[in-house]
Amino acid sequence: MEDIIISVLQRTMIAGTPLLLATVGEIICERSGILNLGVEGVMSVGAVVAFIVTFLTGQPWLGVAAAMIAGMLISLIHAFASVTLQANQVVSGLALTMLGLGLSGMLGKPFIGKPLAIKMNSLALPFLSDIPYAGKIFFNQSPFFYLAIILALISWFFLERTRFGIKVRSTGENPGATETHGVNVSFIRYICILIGGGFSALAGAHLSISYSKSWIEGMTAGRGWIAIALTIFALWNPGKAIFASFLFGGIFVLQYLLQPLGISPNFLAMLPYATTLIVLLFISFKDPRKLNAPASLGEPYKRGER
Amino acid sequence: MFKIKINDRENITKTRSLMTNIFSLGAGLVAIGFLFLACKVNPFFAISAIFADSFGTLYGLKETITKAIPLILIGTGLTFAFRAKFWNIGAEGQLLMGALFGTWTALTFGESLPGFIIIPMMFIAGFIGGSICGIIPAILKIKYSINEVISTLMLNYICAEFITMLIVGPWKGSERFGFPGTNNLPASAILNVIPESRIHYATLFITIVFAAILCVIVYKTKFGYEVRVVGENPDAGKYAGINFFRTTVLVMMISGGAAGLAGVGEIAGIHHYLGYPASISSGYGFTAIIVAWLAKLNPLYAIVSGIFFAGILVGGDAIQISLGLPAATVQIVNGILLFFLIMGDFFLKNKLRIQTRIQGIQ
Repeated sequence: MEDIIISVLQRTMIAGTPLLLATVGEIICERSGILNLGVEGVMSVGAVVAFIVTFLTGQPWLGVAAAMIAGMLISLIHAFASVTLQANQVVSGLALTMLGLGLSGMLGKPFIGKPLAIKMNSLALPFLSDIPYAGKIFFNQSPFFYLAIILALISWFFLERTRFGIKVRSTGENPGATETHGVNVSFIRYICILIGGGFSALAGAHLSISYSKSWIEGMTAGRGWIAIALTIFALWNPGKAIFASFLFGGIFVLQYLLQPLGISPNFLAMLPYATTLIVLLFISFKDPRKLNAPASLGEPYKRGER
Repeated sequence: MFKIKINDRENITKTRSLMTNIFSLGAGLVAIGFLFLACKVNPFFAISAIFADSFGTLYGLKETITKAIPLILIGTGLTFAFRAKFWNIGAEGQLLMGALFGTWTALTFGESLPGFIIIPMMFIAGFIGGSICGIIPAILKIKYSINEVISTLMLNYICAEFITMLIVGPWKGSERFGFPGTNNLPASAILNVIPESRIHYATLFITIVFAAILCVIVYKTKFGYEVRVVGENPDAGKYAGINFFRTTVLVMMISGGAAGLAGVGEIAGIHHYLGYPASISSGYGFTAIIVAWLAKLNPLYAIVSGIFFAGILVGGDAIQISLGLPAATVQIVNGILLFFLIMGDFFLKNKLRIQTRIQGIQ
């Protein structure tokens, strides 16, 4: 029993990692006022690029770097459309998802079903991994797990405690007023979209070179969309995103846990999506003023118009 | 030194709007050409092959019309939802629910009823199925302010898993020899097609009528006016006492219902049984988003843009086989075209002038 609980929690952490990375990326992006619905597509591109580069070079970290660059490059299209051309962010994000899913399907076609010779090994932290229970659950994990936690904490610090973070947040609240204080709103938004894209791609890389060690089309399975919902659930706070993501990681693991009980696997596969709706329903009972949603989220900013 | 000056364009004429769309699509095709070049495929050959295979041959044209039926039906429904600024991304799930309700009706009552009774029953059931799936996110948005993009998408996944659960489990047909899927619909429930094609003309007729009715609703009725106000100026709508709940629910009932009708058409006209979700719809719910956008949210224009994107689906399938391109090519083409369309909107709404510094001072 003890072993089962430890293994479940361990897998919860692994399953929650891509959600955390993508959620934090989306939080940074949305905090600057830009809604990015392209997470699913960028994640997919990250997954395929990380897989291909790792497969060809045998260097997982090179794969990770390549995935992040690819994620940023493709997000640049959304940045150009939504910031420079003031396009509708919902439609632009959807286009990004279509493009990303399509590109990843195209690039990954020759690699479907090929196993990865070298994968990202889990990393046991010295001393910490010897702690009973917690050591196995938290400190003997994929490097992506540590990376996700560290990036979430850094992002929290960066958003809440630095000058640049204030600029990002005020850009998301009131871009007009922010611009009068000499902040380049477009520049801030570009940077935040690129960071968000890099994080989403990192989440994808985790899926293909650490979580499953292979590439299959559609392997992101809606995680990008769930991340967008988690952004709301976490009240746009990277710290709370840690809690939210691992809660959902647990729901992904629950699917496999309940399968031996004879419940239809397709019914269980609905769980993460249904839970997303339920969680959003709970959030809606909160006072909307306490939700913390960036005031200008999704609205294109036109310079000189107040 | 020069500077680009951006000004609002005051009057946007229909011609300019049309030309902008055509230019955007053209620019998008150029970008796609570069992509083909990167795949070591001659871009001129590939792009002309897309259109030659979909519009240039009789067989291709028939297939294009076959695929245009669900695209137009869903696309017109989406123009309505998007007009109310309700981002319905769940047409895929609504289509599936329509297919499910239609199949159930046919399998339950079809044996004993003649075609002219069972077929209308199936379409009504499909409309109800799609509507239910559309109304849920509408209620969630107005009553609980849940973002409709997320709720409609989550429902897509839930509907797909639900159908898979049924066809591998309780609904698995005895005629399928253990493979997933329901039994074939009874003969009376199957739609006639135009000979030597797959065009199920009953659905085509419904599609055209639906687009026309929606056009009248949007431009000629009080309800249509309310829908436009809800989308364009919600604050004014609130002051004017428009019931947002009623409007949104009705809009999504129609939009979801349209996708449900398309689902029935696919089952009764083409597949003749309920199989895996991915085989029922090849992403029509998502492609229809671009159809609606290219149509500038006008239901009648959606007929034209629906045929255009059906052509891209058919031509894309054809060049996949002849040029050995991956199946995802069509998705990339769609994504790029959608990007160029929204980028084109910028040049439609704004006037750009390149100013030299000296002129600027004067």
